[in-house]
Amino acid sequence: MGGPVSPQKIGRHISLTCENNGDIMTDATSQSGPMLAADGTPLKKSLARALRMQKTRALMLIAPLLVFVLVSFIFPIGKMLFKSVENDIVVETIPLTVAELQNWDAESGALPDEALYAAFVSDMVVAINAKRHTRLGTRLNYEHTGMSSLFRKSGRKIKKLDPATDGPFKEQLIAIDKKWGDVTTWAVIKTHSVKITNGYFLNAIDMQRTPEGAQAQPEDKRILIKLFQRTLFMSLMITVSCILLGYPVAWLLANLPSRTANILMILVLLPFWTSLLVRTSAWKVMLQQQGVINEVLVWIGLVADDARLVMINNQFGTIVAMTHILLPFMILPMYSVMQTIQPTYLRAAKSMGATNWTAFWRVYFPLSVPGIGAGSILVFILAIGYYITPEIVGGTKGVFISNRIAYHISSSLNWGLAAALGTILLGVVLLLYWCYDKIVGIDNVKLG
Amino acid sequence: MADSASNDAFVEFDRVQKSYDGETLVVKDLNLSLPRGEFLTMLGPSGSGKTTCLMMLAGFETATHGDIRLGGTSINNIPPHKRGIGMVFQNYALFPHMTIAENLSFPLEVRKMGKTEREEKIMRALDMVEMGAFGGRRPAQLSGGQQQRIALARALVFEPELVLMDEPLGALDKQLREKMQFEITNLAHNLGITTVYVTHDQTEALTMSDRVAVFDDGRIQQLDPPDTLYENPQNSFVAQFIGENNTLEGVVKEINNGIAIVELDDGELIDCKPVHDSVKPGARTRVSIRPERVEYNKDRIQEGAHTLKAEVKEFIYMGDIFRTRLSVAGNDEFVIKTRNAPDVERLTPGQQIEIGWLPEDCRALDA
Ligand SMILES: Nc1ncnc2c1ncn2[C@@H]1O[C@H](COP(=O)(O)OP(=O)(O)O)[C@@H](O)[C@H]1O
Ligand SMILES: [Mg+2]
Repeated sequence: MGGPVSPQKIGRHISLTCENNGDIMTDATSQSGPMLAADGTPLKKSLARALRMQKTRALMLIAPLLVFVLVSFIFPIGKMLFKSVENDIVVETIPLTVAELQNWDAESGALPDEALYAAFVSDMVVAINAKRHTRLGTRLNYEHTGMSSLFRKSGRKIKKLDPATDGPFKEQLIAIDKKWGDVTTWAVIKTHSVKITNGYFLNAIDMQRTPEGAQAQPEDKRILIKLFQRTLFMSLMITVSCILLGYPVAWLLANLPSRTANILMILVLLPFWTSLLVRTSAWKVMLQQQGVINEVLVWIGLVADDARLVMINNQFGTIVAMTHILLPFMILPMYSVMQTIQPTYLRAAKSMGATNWTAFWRVYFPLSVPGIGAGSILVFILAIGYYITPEIVGGTKGVFISNRIAYHISSSLNWGLAAALGTILLGVVLLLYWCYDKIVGIDNVKLG
Repeated sequence: MADSASNDAFVEFDRVQKSYDGETLVVKDLNLSLPRGEFLTMLGPSGSGKTTCLMMLAGFETATHGDIRLGGTSINNIPPHKRGIGMVFQNYALFPHMTIAENLSFPLEVRKMGKTEREEKIMRALDMVEMGAFGGRRPAQLSGGQQQRIALARALVFEPELVLMDEPLGALDKQLREKMQFEITNLAHNLGITTVYVTHDQTEALTMSDRVAVFDDGRIQQLDPPDTLYENPQNSFVAQFIGENNTLEGVVKEINNGIAIVELDDGELIDCKPVHDSVKPGARTRVSIRPERVEYNKDRIQEGAHTLKAEVKEFIYMGDIFRTRLSVAGNDEFVIKTRNAPDVERLTPGQQIEIGWLPEDCRALDA
C-alpha cells in the first residue's frame, strides 16, 4: 500500500528535540536599593497600604457574621467548657470556713477545733438567709452522697442559732447531726473548696478527688470510661458500615445516566425530608421482638417463635438505626469526589491490560479515597456526639456518652461533670482528627 | 512483527455499524483495512464518529453489526484488557495519584513483569521521549507538553503493536502541537508501530499520516495519502474540508473526451474534469478549484487555461503570498492565493480583472 511519499516527510529530523519551556529571564531588577512607587514612597509600603484597605473592607463585610458567631456560639461554648473546672460555689458560700480549713490537717484524723465550727455557723446563717446552702449541698453531694440531705436538714436548725451569742458550736452541731462530728464530712468540704478544680474531670474518667489525691472510683461507680469506649467503638462500627453500604451507592450515583442518577439521588435525600424521630421510631417498629423483621423471620420459619431475635435496645439496634440515619452524610461527599474521576482513567487502565478489578483497585479506589475520608470524618464526628437515636433504640446497652451528658444536664443537674465529659469528647475528636491528618493528610479530604 | 507479509491487513473493519440509541447509526458501513506499520489518521468534523470507531477498536464500545479483526482474528468478543492495544487519550489520562514512573510501571505490573525488567523498560521509554529525569514527579507537576510525552511513553512502554490516539494534541498550543506532530510520527515510524490517529485538524492529518480517512456522517468519504487527498478530492465534502477551496455551482451540459462543460448559475460556461459519479449531463454539480491554482497575471496564465472575468473585493498582503477575494460568477467568496514575486501586480478593491485556470484543476464534484 503506502502510496507515494508525501513531500512533507522528506528531510524530517529523526532525533527528538526537548521542549524548551524555560522563559528567557530579562534582568529588570538589577538596580540597587528598594523599589519606589510612582509617588516616591517605597514600593513595599504602598503595597502594604493598598492591601490593608482591602483587608479592612473585607473584614467589615464579615463583621456582622463574626459578631453573631461570637455571641451565639463561641462565647457560650467557652463558658460551658469553663464550667468543667469552675468551682466558685464552696468559697463563695462559706468563705470563713474555707479560710479556717487551711489550718486543719485532714490526715491527722482529729476533728477541727471550735473556731472552724463557729466560722461555719456564721457562714451558714448568711447562706441560709440567701437560700444558697442547699445548692452547696447539692454540689458536694456529687462527690459524697448524703451531703445534700445533711445541708438541707441541718439548715433548718442552724437558722435558729445566733453566731454572736450562742457559742460554742462544736457540740451543738454534732447534736444536730452526728455527721458534723465525722472527719470525712470536713475532709470532703476541704478537698472541694478550691476555686478551680480538676474534680469534674477526674469524675469523668471514673476517678475521684480525695484528700489523698486522685483515686479510682469504687468498682460499681465506674461507668464513664466504659461508655467512652463503647461510644468510640460504636461510632467506628457505624462509620465502617456507612462506608460499606455507601460506597456502591455513591458509585452508582456517579456512573448512572443522569436521569436514573437523579431518581436515586432523591431516594438518598428522602430521609432528610422526614423527621428524625419518625425515622428512628420506624426502626423500633422494624426491629422489636414483635416487629416486622421478627414476624417475617418467624413466618418463613427461619426463627422459632419463642426465640425471636433481640435487635433493639442494644448495640445492634443503635448501629443499624444510626447507620441508616448517617448514610447520606457518607454518600454525598463520596459521590461528589467520584464525579470528578474521569472515566478515561479506567479506560486507560484497561487499555494497558488491567482487568476490571485491577483497574478499580489500583486506579478508581485510590482516587475515591478523599471522598471516603471526608465522609468518614463527617459520619464519625456526627455519630460520636449523637443523642436522640441511641436514646430511643439503644436501651441501656446501646447508649452513648452524649446520653450521659444529657442526663447530667437535665436530670442530675451536674453541669460541671457534663461540661467535663463534653470537653473530653471534644478533645478525643480533635485528637482523632489530628491522627487522621498525620496518617492520611487533611488536604486529602475533598467534599467535591 | 515480521511473521506476516507487510501487505496483509493488520487491522480490519468489515462492514461495521454502530448505533448508541437504536434509532440512528453513528457509524454507517465502515470498511477499512490497514497494514502493519502504517500511520493512518481518521479526520473529520466533530460528531462524525471518529472516536466511536476508535473505541470499538479498543474494545470500549461494541459494534452493532460487522466484524473488527486484528491480525486476522475477530476481536469482537475480546475484552479491552486482552487486546494489547496502546492508547493515548486527549486529556492524557495519566493517573494523578501515581508518579510518572509508577504510571509507566502500571502496564508492566499487570503483565507480572519482574522489577529489574520493569525498571529497564521504564527508563528506556522515558529516554525515548526525553523525559528520563522526571520519573519521580507527579503528573500535576508537569506541563501539558510533558504530560503528553509521558502519555505517549506509557502507551508504548509495553510494546503494543497497535497504538490508538484520540486527538492527543488537542489541548496544546500551536507551536508545541507542531513539534509533537513530528515527534509522534518519528517515534511511530522508528518503532514500526501501526498507528490509528484521530484528529479534526486537517493540517495535522496531512503532515503526519501515511493515509488519511476522511470521516463525515458516519462514513469514510475518502481514504488516500495526503497528497492525493488534497489534489484529487473525490467529493465536495472532502474538497471543502481539506485545505482552502472555491466552489462554483452549476449544471452539467455535456461530457466530451473526459471534459465536462458546466453552465454556471450566471450563464457562464466552463470546462471541468468530471470526478464524481453523479456528474452526468443535466445533473447539478459543484465545481471545486484550489485558490493557488488560479492566476490573474496575463503572462502567467497558461496556454489552454480557461479565463473568466472577476471583480476584486479585497486584497490582503500576507508577506509570502497575496490573498485576494473576488466576485466570480456570482460567488463573492472566491479566494485566490498568489505567491509574492516582483512581477506580480498588486490589486485594489473594485478593479476588474481576468483570471484563469487549467481545466484539469477544476473538478466537477457532487452537488
Ligand atoms: N456514549 C454515547 N452515547 C450516545 N451517543 C454517543 C455516545 N458517544 C458518542 N455519541 C454520539 O455519536 C456521534 C459520534 O460521536 P463521536 O464518535 O464522539 O464523534 P467524533 O469523535 O468524530 O467527534 C455523536 O453524534 C455523538 O453525539
Ligand atoms: Mg472525538
